[in-house]
Formats: sequence, structure tokens, C-alpha cells
Amino acid sequence: MKPADWTTGHEAILYQACSSCGKLQYFRRGFCAACGSTELAEKRASGKGTIYATSIVTRAATAETRAHVPYNIVLVDTEEGFRMMAHGANDLAIGDSVSARFKQFAGRLVPYFEKVA
Amino acid sequence: MSFITGVGLTSYGKHEGSSSLDLMSKAAELAIADAGLKRSEIDGILCGYSTVSPHIMLATVFAEHFGIQPSYAHAVQVGGATGLAMTMLAHHLVDAGVAKHVLVVGGENRLTGQSRDASIQALAQVGHPDYEVKLGPTIPAYYGLVASRYMHEYGVTEEDLAEFAVLMRAHALTHPGAQFHEPITVADVMASKPVASPLKLLDCCPVSDGGAAFVISREPTNAAHVKIRGCTQAHTHQHVTAAPALSELGAEISIAKAKQASGVSIADVRYAAVYDSFTITLAMLLEDLGLAKRGEAAARVRSGYFSRDGEMPLNTHGGLLSYGHCGVGGAMAHLVEAHLQMTGRAGNRQVRDASVALLHGDGGVLSSHVSMFLERE
Repeated sequence: MKPADWTTGHEAILYQACSSCGKLQYFRRGFCAACGSTELAEKRASGKGTIYATSIVTRAATAETRAHVPYNIVLVDTEEGFRMMAHGANDLAIGDSVSARFKQFAGRLVPYFEKVA
Repeated sequence: MSFITGVGLTSYGKHEGSSSLDLMSKAAELAIADAGLKRSEIDGILCGYSTVSPHIMLATVFAEHFGIQPSYAHAVQVGGATGLAMTMLAHHLVDAGVAKHVLVVGGENRLTGQSRDASIQALAQVGHPDYEVKLGPTIPAYYGLVASRYMHEYGVTEEDLAEFAVLMRAHALTHPGAQFHEPITVADVMASKPVASPLKLLDCCPVSDGGAAFVISREPTNAAHVKIRGCTQAHTHQHVTAAPALSELGAEISIAKAKQASGVSIADVRYAAVYDSFTITLAMLLEDLGLAKRGEAAARVRSGYFSRDGEMPLNTHGGLLSYGHCGVGGAMAHLVEAHLQMTGRAGNRQVRDASVALLHGDGGVLSSHVSMFLERE
């Protein structure tokens, strides 16, 4: 089953929590990658986190993505405890506290993080 | 026991009109001749992949094209680590008696066979199809993310990274087969076009046409007694989102296993051949492998430690950054150069002593690692 999150055009960031070992996973699967259990709870993330890494793309490979340069690809450590890739404001630095909204990018909905005051 | 008995390498850059099979054939021909063998004596073939001409059975396509009917053949895919992974497998195949002479071959017309956009897009697909690729990242962006974090944690600067590009270019200037022949400075790297911060154009390897091949044999076939002392792998993740902490990456795991398996220590190593898709890749791998202390690899470049006449000559052909990168063949050139150095055939690039070499390859986004020690007998 496809998740109702940003990867399918819905304004949400979802993750899975293993009911057996407690591990969290962001890449959706039918089982826990840590222990193999199929008892997974689907949860919705708050959208709050901390910037782990950033890279501003100025050389894109397709006409659709080129229209958006420069855009910032970021890795965010969410407050729930999993890491995700997303877009972010171009002024973000490692360690910044951020919060997500959603934005159109190359014909899709993507999570977009900005600094929280 | 296994020996690298022959090596073959084309020039890298533009080979207008050559197909991937043409470039593989050219390199294979050179390697077999170098080993002093006839085509009919090759009884095993391992080949990589071609993004220009994908095929589900490339090894047999190549075998038929080249005119060999081997008793063992298939393709191997581990991204940038493919060349060393094939060499490791060939080592085990000849050691187990499955084959006597295994031809390892890679080649691709990546530069003239498709557009740069097509290459960049094909490579971006190493990312997660749902959770990464949809965001429009590129391979330089995946490595840019790692670079930003590495610089943050270890105080490495963009100027530090630039030193690796300058070193690889200096080495390429002495090799007629290299793609680039103009010297560059740190200022040139810093002023080059931004690609995916902190990486700029000259921090990135080029897209090239080219081919490389080796023959791995159970016994030496000629005067070149270059023995595979030990090889190991480590695979910690595929996607950068799922990568472990910087201090827990696969290079450290695989080199620790390689040292244990072979009994070779870093202090024994006289020549280094290390994967350098980006300046950050080389900086990190040198430090992960123990060829420099954490955050100090650039200082070692500046002091000449990794230069041809330095204590630990590194990628004396110019590496992926300046000899060129044609896909699977890209990092195979590192092994060809190591072999030439170990057998005293590197001409004007010859180093004083290359009796023991350390080779390391990386595929994906520091995802798959192969470490290997070679020793001249």
C-alpha cells in the first residue's frame, strides 16, 4: 500500500515505528529492517528537526529541475529520531533548528524546511 | 594464491565513434598481450556495466564480441567499487581452481555516447527512488551533503579539498593518456563553477570515454609477479539518508579486515591507489584508511607526502579527477597504474619503491567498499 505522505502528493511526513524492538524507519517497508518484525505502527512526524547536512544544487540534470536552481538539498534529523532528505531554505546551516512546510518542485510536492526563530 | 599478470588501459577522454564493447575490447587486448597469453587461454570473464548500453548479460555479449568461449562469465555491479570487487572475485576464482586466467574488463563511451545530462541523471538513480530521487539531487549533491558534514565535524575547508584536485591534475600532466593536460591551482578550483555546494566543477571528476582490463592468474605468466595479498569488502548502506555516522563508514571496516586478513599494515604500504570521484571522497578515504590523521590529509598533500617523490605516492596517473572517469573502467585505471609502478614500467612517473600497494574503491555514496593489498614478489 502506498503511504499518504509527500512521496504520493500528500502534505505529511510519515515514518514507521517497530512495536517489537522500538526502532524507527523512514524508508517504508512491510517489516522492521532491524529485527524483521511485521508489527509496525505508522506515525506522522511533527516536521520539526535539526539540520545534519546541506548541499545547494546549482547544476541540475533535467529541464524541470533546472528551472528551480539554486535549491538546497538537506538532511534533517527529525525530533522523532529518524533522518530524512528534503529541500530547505538556501540560508540553512548545520545545527539549525528547522520546521517543515510543503512546496511544489518540478511538478511534485516536496517537504521544505525553514529556520525556526 | 593469485597474481595480476597483465594490465591494459586506453587513454581517457573522447573516443568518438567507439562503443562500450569497442573500448572494452581494446583494453582486453592490451591486458592479454601484457600477460603474454593468447585469447584462447582466458577461461573466465568478469565485466562491469555500461550506462550507455545496458544489457542483462554483458559478460557473454562481450565474450562473443571479443571471440572467447569462457567456462565462467558474468557481470558485476558495485558502482565505483566494481573494478576492485571483480578483482577480488577473480582472485577467489583462480585460487579455488574455477578458472586459470580471469579477464576483468570495464569500458564505456560515457562521454560521447550520451549527453552529460543523461550521465548525471543515470548516476543520480543510486539515490532512493521515492525518498531521495524525487527531490532532484545529483551525485555531486549526495557527496556535497557528506562534504558539508565532514567539513563541519573536522574543520576541513574548501581550500583543503581543492588541494586534492590540484594534486591529481599535477599527476595527470605527466601521463599522455589523461583527459586533462592543463595545470590548475587552488585558486582555479575555488573559482570554478559551483555544482553542489561545497563542491565546485574542479572538485568533481569528469565524464569520460575509456576502457581498462586486467588478467588475474593462478600463477605468474611473465616477469611481473604482482601478488594479491588480501582483499575485503564492507557495505553499510546504499542511500546517504541511511548512512551511518562519519566515524562508522565502510572504508574503516574494510581496511581493518584487510589488514587482519593479509597481515599487511599501513606502515608497509609504499604506494596508494584510492578512489577519488570527488575531492571529498579522496580526503575522507585517505583518512578512513589511516593514510592521514583525521582532518590532516590536505596538509599531507601540501607537504608533498602524496606526490610522486613523496613518502606515499598516490594515483600517479591523475585519478578519476584528472585521468578521467568512464564508469567501471574509471577506478580500474588506478590498479593499472599501481601495476605499472610495481613492475617498474611507469616511465617518467616511476616512483622509487612501489613494492606494496594499497588499493581502495567506493561505490554509491560511500556505500560499498573494497580494500586490497598488492605485493611484488
